[in-house]
Amino acid sequence: MTIMKILISDPTLRDGNHAVKHQLTLEQVTAYAVAANAAGVPIVEVGHGNGLGASSLQVGLSLLEDHAMLKAAREVLTTSKLGIFMIPGFATINKDLRPALDLGADVVRIASHCTEADTTQRHIGFARERGKEVYGVLMMSHMAQGDVLLQECRKMESYGAEGVILMDSAGASLPSEVTEKVKILVDHLAIAVGYHAHNNLGLAVANSIAAAQAGAVILDGTACGFGAGAGNTQLEVLVAVLEKSGLSTGIDLYKMLDAADLVRKKLLESAISISSTSLVSGLAGVFSGFAKHVERVAGEYNVDFRDILFELGRRKAVAGQEDMIVEIADALAKKNSPRSSK
Amino acid sequence: MSLPVPKLKVAIIGSGNIGTDLLMKCLRSASLECMMFIGRSFTSPGIVKASGLGIRISDRSIDAIINDPASCDLVFDCTSAADARRHWPILKELGKTVVDLTPAKIGVMCVPAVNLQECLGSQNVNMITCGGQASIPLAHQIGLIHPDAEYIEVVSSIASRSAGPATRLNIDEYLETTEGAVKSFAKCKNAKAILILNPATPCVDMQTTIFAKIDNPDMEKLTLAVKKVVEKVRNYVPGYQLILPPTQEGGRVMITVKVQGRGDYLPMFAGNLDIINCAAIAAAEAFAKIRQKQA
Repeated sequence: MTIMKILISDPTLRDGNHAVKHQLTLEQVTAYAVAANAAGVPIVEVGHGNGLGASSLQVGLSLLEDHAMLKAAREVLTTSKLGIFMIPGFATINKDLRPALDLGADVVRIASHCTEADTTQRHIGFARERGKEVYGVLMMSHMAQGDVLLQECRKMESYGAEGVILMDSAGASLPSEVTEKVKILVDHLAIAVGYHAHNNLGLAVANSIAAAQAGAVILDGTACGFGAGAGNTQLEVLVAVLEKSGLSTGIDLYKMLDAADLVRKKLLESAISISSTSLVSGLAGVFSGFAKHVERVAGEYNVDFRDILFELGRRKAVAGQEDMIVEIADALAKKNSPRSSK
Repeated sequence: MSLPVPKLKVAIIGSGNIGTDLLMKCLRSASLECMMFIGRSFTSPGIVKASGLGIRISDRSIDAIINDPASCDLVFDCTSAADARRHWPILKELGKTVVDLTPAKIGVMCVPAVNLQECLGSQNVNMITCGGQASIPLAHQIGLIHPDAEYIEVVSSIASRSAGPATRLNIDEYLETTEGAVKSFAKCKNAKAILILNPATPCVDMQTTIFAKIDNPDMEKLTLAVKKVVEKVRNYVPGYQLILPPTQEGGRVMITVKVQGRGDYLPMFAGNLDIINCAAIAAAEAFAKIRQKQA
C-alpha cells in the first residue's frame, strides 16, 4: 500500500507572532523550536508575523530583530529545516533576504498579494541561485478566481519556485472554493501545490483536508493554531486527521502534542479562539493580522469594530494596509458625532 | 505691454506612460515647449500619441539629441536607471540640464515643496520616487519640528494597474531609494519605506501614510506645518489631499495623504505617476524662470 505523504510547514514562530503583537521572546523561540524539532516537524518557519523586514509602525514593531530569532532557531534545529517568509515591498534582498540566508535559513517563501506575483521574481531567483528550497506564496487567495491564481502561480514557477502555496489569509474561504482552486493548480502545474488556512470561519482543518484531497501536498499548521486572527490550522489536529485519512506526515503525534502543550503554557497570551473580531474579519474578507489593530483602534475612537472591518472589506484592503484602519475609524467617529473629533 | 517670453525648449526621452503623461503636462505649461518626443519605436503608443499631437518625434533614442543638439536645453529622462546613467555623460557634455525621472540617483534629489531653489544650480536633478514625492514634504516638516525624531516610516499603497513591469521588477530599488531620501530630507536616524500594490477594481487612489516615533510630539505645531506644506504641494500637484491630519495613535504619530492624478494621459487613479511628473514639471518650470531672467 502506498501512503501519500504530506509535507508539513509549521509557521508557529512566524504567524504566531501576530497573536502576541510580534512580541515573541528568544526563550519562547528556542523552546518551541526544540519541541518541533523533536516532533520531527519538517519545516519550522520563524520571524515577524509579516516576515523578514516587516517590523514597522504600520503592522507592528517586533520585540526581536530578525537575525536574533533566526539565530536562536538555527542553533537548536537539527532535523527540522529553518524556514523564512518574505513579502517584497516590506523587505529587500540586500537588507533582509541575503543576511537571513547567511544565517542559515534552508527554506524560503516569497509572498505577494494573490494577483501580484511579478513582484517576487528577483527574490525567488536570488534564493534559488543560493541553492535554497524556494516556494512562492499567494496571499489573500479568496480575492481571486482559480484561473487568475493559476496565471500567477505560473509566473512564480517560471521564476524558479519549486512549489506554490495558496494562503487563505483572511480565513474567508469555504471548502468547496478551496477544492476548486487547488484542483485547477494541481491539474495545470508541474510543481507542488500547498495550502495555508486560517480559522476565522471555523474551517481551517476542513479547508486543509479539502486541499489535500484536491491534490495539495504541502499543508501549513501551527501548534494550538497559534497565529493571526482566529489562528491557523491547528497542527496537532491536522496531523491526527491526516493520519486517520491515510496520509502520512512523518510527525510524531505524541511529541507534537507535547509541543502544543508547551505553546499553551509558554507562548499563548490567551487561548486562540474565534473571537467576534476574527469571525467578522473572515466574513468581510479582511487579512487576519488586522484583528488586533482593529480592536485597539475601535476602542480608541469609540466606533464599532464591525463597521471598520466591513468598510475595510468593501474597500478591498490587502495585507499591509493597516493604516486604513485609523483613517476609517476617524471618518466613522466624525460621522457618528460630527461636532467632536478625537 | 511686454513681449511674450520665449519658452524653455525641452525634449522627452522615453515614450512610456511617464514620458507620454509628461508630454501632456508640457503642452499645458506656460513656460515649457516640447521640441522632441523620443522613443525607440514609431509604433509605441506614446510615439503615436505624440505624432497625432503634431509633436516632432524620433525613434533614435539618445542619438536624436546627439544629432540635433540645438533642439532643446532641458531633457526629461524617462527611460530606465541603466539608460539614464548612459545618457548622462552625453547630455552633460552637450550642456543640457537633465530632469531625471528614473531611479539612477545621479543628480541632486529634488522635492519641489522642500528644496526647489537649491536644486537649480545643478545640471542634473533627480525626482526620487512617487512615494518619496508624496511623503517627503511631510517627513521634512516632522524633521524640522522634531529634530530628535528617531524613526520615520512611509507606507504607500498604489493601484496595481498603475505599477508597470519596471516598478514591479525593481521594487527593492524603490524601497532603498525612498528610504534613503526620507532619511536625508527628514534628517532622522532611521527610516523605512513600504510599498503595497492593491488590485481592487475600480482602482484605488494612491495613498501614503507617514508614521513617526517621537517623544512628546508637538501636535499643534505639526498640524499647522502639515496644513501649510500640503497647500504648497497642491500648487503643483492639484490632486494631493490630506485625509488624516497628524494623529497620535498606538504610540505613533501618523499622517495620511491621498494623491489623485489629473488624468492627463494616465487614468485619475494613477496619482503615483502623476505626482512624480508634476514634480518634474515644477522643477523644469523653475529652470525656465531662471533662463527668462538671464535673458
